[in-house]
Amino acid sequence: MEFFKFNEEQEMLRKVVRDFVESEIAPKAAEWDEKDVCPVELFPTMGELGICGIFVPEEYGGTGLGHVERTICLEEISRHSAGLGIALMTHHLGMAAILNYGNEEQKKKYLPELCAGTKVAGLSVTEPGGGSDFMGQKATGEFIDGQWVINGRKCFITNSHIADVDVWVVRTGTDAKDRATLSVFILEKGMSGHTPGRKENKLGLRGSVTGDINCVDVKVGPEQMLGKEGDGAKIGMAAIGEVGRAGMAAICVGILRGCVEEAVKFSKERIVYGKPIAKLQAIQLDIADIRVDHEAATLLTYRAASMKDAGKPSATEFSIAKYFASEAAARSARKTMDLMGGYGIINEYPVGRFLRDALASLPSGATSHVQKLIIAGSTLK
Amino acid sequence: MGLNIVVCVKPIPDPKYYNEITIDPVTKTVKRQGIPTIINPIDKHAIEKALKIKEQHGGKVILMSMAPPDAQETLLEGLAMGADETYLLSDRKFAGADTLATSYVLARGIQKIGEIDLVLTGTESGDGATAQVSSQLGEWLGFSHLWGVVNCEVKSQDDIYLKTKIENGYMEWSGKLPMVFAVSREINTPRYTSIMGVMKAKKKPFTIWSFQDLDLDEVYVGLKGSPTQPGDIFSPDMGRKGEILKISKEEAVELIIEKLRANGINIESFFSGCVRGERNE
Repeated sequence: MEFFKFNEEQEMLRKVVRDFVESEIAPKAAEWDEKDVCPVELFPTMGELGICGIFVPEEYGGTGLGHVERTICLEEISRHSAGLGIALMTHHLGMAAILNYGNEEQKKKYLPELCAGTKVAGLSVTEPGGGSDFMGQKATGEFIDGQWVINGRKCFITNSHIADVDVWVVRTGTDAKDRATLSVFILEKGMSGHTPGRKENKLGLRGSVTGDINCVDVKVGPEQMLGKEGDGAKIGMAAIGEVGRAGMAAICVGILRGCVEEAVKFSKERIVYGKPIAKLQAIQLDIADIRVDHEAATLLTYRAASMKDAGKPSATEFSIAKYFASEAAARSARKTMDLMGGYGIINEYPVGRFLRDALASLPSGATSHVQKLIIAGSTLK
Repeated sequence: MGLNIVVCVKPIPDPKYYNEITIDPVTKTVKRQGIPTIINPIDKHAIEKALKIKEQHGGKVILMSMAPPDAQETLLEGLAMGADETYLLSDRKFAGADTLATSYVLARGIQKIGEIDLVLTGTESGDGATAQVSSQLGEWLGFSHLWGVVNCEVKSQDDIYLKTKIENGYMEWSGKLPMVFAVSREINTPRYTSIMGVMKAKKKPFTIWSFQDLDLDEVYVGLKGSPTQPGDIFSPDMGRKGEILKISKEEAVELIIEKLRANGINIESFFSGCVRGERNE
C-alpha cells in the first residue's frame, strides 16, 4: 500500500481550480451568503474550465475525468463557498442520473449544455412527507393517451428555482405486493404546469437556492422517461448514495480546510498576554483536533471517491465519509469559533458561515442517523 | 500568416508567501522552503497575448525559460494555458546569472529554435524586478524591442501597432517583425487554465537544453558572465520603539507632527481645508 497521494494531473487540476476560486469565489462568498443569491452566472465559466462536466465523457462535452477529480473541485469551491458547492454538487447529481441511466438520445440532448454550464441541472426526490422515506413518494406519473402526466410537490430541492433540467422521481404504479413502483422523468424549466414554488430561507449553505417545485398536470412524452418504468428507486438511490453523499462529504472537507486555515491564521495573528495565542497549549489542543478532523475526513472522502472511480461499490464508504465529514465540520467550525473568542461571531470573519454551512450539511443527503443505519446495515449483513 | 512566438517565462516563489521568506543572517541565503513556485504573474499576461495573436494569425506559441530542472512542473502550467511547446534551458553552469547572462542564454535558445517572429516577456519578474531582460534579448537577437506594452495589434508582418505607458501618458508605435516586447499587466486579463488544458499539457513537447546543446561562449554564461553581483542581503529591522514624553497635550501634538514630518510623512495634506484646532464648518 502506498501512502495517500494525488497524481501530477490531479495536483495541477487542484491548482487551476484554486486559482479560479481565489479570484472569482473567495472575494464574493460572504456577499452571496448574506444576500442568499446563487451565482448562476458562474456556471458557464465553470463549464469552460471543465468543472461542470468533470466526470462526463468527452463525447458528451465533459472533461472525461472521475470522482476523485470531482471531489477536488467541490472541496476547492467549498473551501470558500459551500453554498456554491452544493449548487454545483446538485448540478452533478442531475447529470449523473442522465449519464448513468439515460439513452443515447437523452445524453446527447442534455449533457453537452449541462457540461458547458449554459444550463443547470437538479434532482427532485424529497417530498413534504419526507426524504428518507424514499418509497413513500406521493408524486405521481400516469400514462394517459400516450403521454405521461406528472403531478406532485417536491420540497427542499437544491437548484429548485435555477434548474433548467429537473430530474423527477415519481410513483407510476404498484407491484404485485402493493409496493410503490417509482419511475424517473427528465422535466424542463418552462414545461406547462412545472413551476418552482416556495423558496426556503436557510440557516446555512446560502448562496444555493433551495425550495419547492410543483408539477400540475405536466404532460411529457415517453421519451422523457429516464431508464425503464419502475427504475426510479435504482436511479434515485444510486444518484443520492454515490454522487449526492459524495458531494456533501467533499463540501464538508472544504469547510474543514477552511477551519484549519482560519484557525491557524487567527491564532498566529492574535496577540494576547504579549504573544500569539498559537503559543498557548489550550489553543494548540483545539488546533490539533481541527487538523485531525480535516485529515480524517479527507482520507475517508477521497478513498470512497477512488473506489467509485475503480468501479467498486462505494455507497457505504460515501455514507461513512459523509457522516464523519459533516459531523467533523460542525464540530471543528465550533472549535474554530471558540478559539477566536468574540471575533468568532463577527461576520467579517468567515467562521460563522462555516458553522452555519456545516450545520446545514448535516441533513443534506440524509441525516447522520440515516447514515449510521446504512453503515450498520452494511456492517451487520 | 502563422507566427512563431516565443514567450520567455520565469518561475518565481509565489508572491502570496513573501512574508514567509526569511534570510539567514550568517550565510545570506534566502530561505524559501515550503513556498510554492509559480510562473511570474506578469509572464502570464505575455502568454495570454501570444495565445491571442496565435488565435488571430495562426502559428505556434513556444515557452522558454532558463531555470533549474525542477521548473518543469511550473512550466506545465503555461502549456496548460494553451502554449504549444516548452524549452527549458537548464545547466549548473547557468547558475548565478545576472540579467545579461540570462538574456544571452535565452537569446541563444531562441536562435537555435530559429525562424522566430516575435518574442514576448513580462515587464519584470516578481522576485528580481530588474525589468532588463526583454531589452537585452532584443539587443542579443538584433530585433527591435519595446518595454511596457499595454496594447498591441499585429496587423501583418510589417504593420504592428503598439502602445506603451510612460510616466505622464502613453506612446504609440508602429513596428515590424521580428521584434521583442515586454507586456504590462494592463494589456489583458490572462485566461483561467481549463482542466482539459491540464490534461493535454503533459502530452505537449517539452525539451530540455543544457550548456552543450546551445552554441554558447562560456565567458558570457552564469556567474562568470555576470557583470553585476548582488550586494548585501538583509531583512529590514521592523522592530517598534517607544518613547514616553511627559509634556502637555499641545506640546505632544506639535512634537508628534514634527517627528512625522521628519520621517517623510506629508502632514500638510491632513490639514487641507481646515484650520488646526478648529472645526471646518
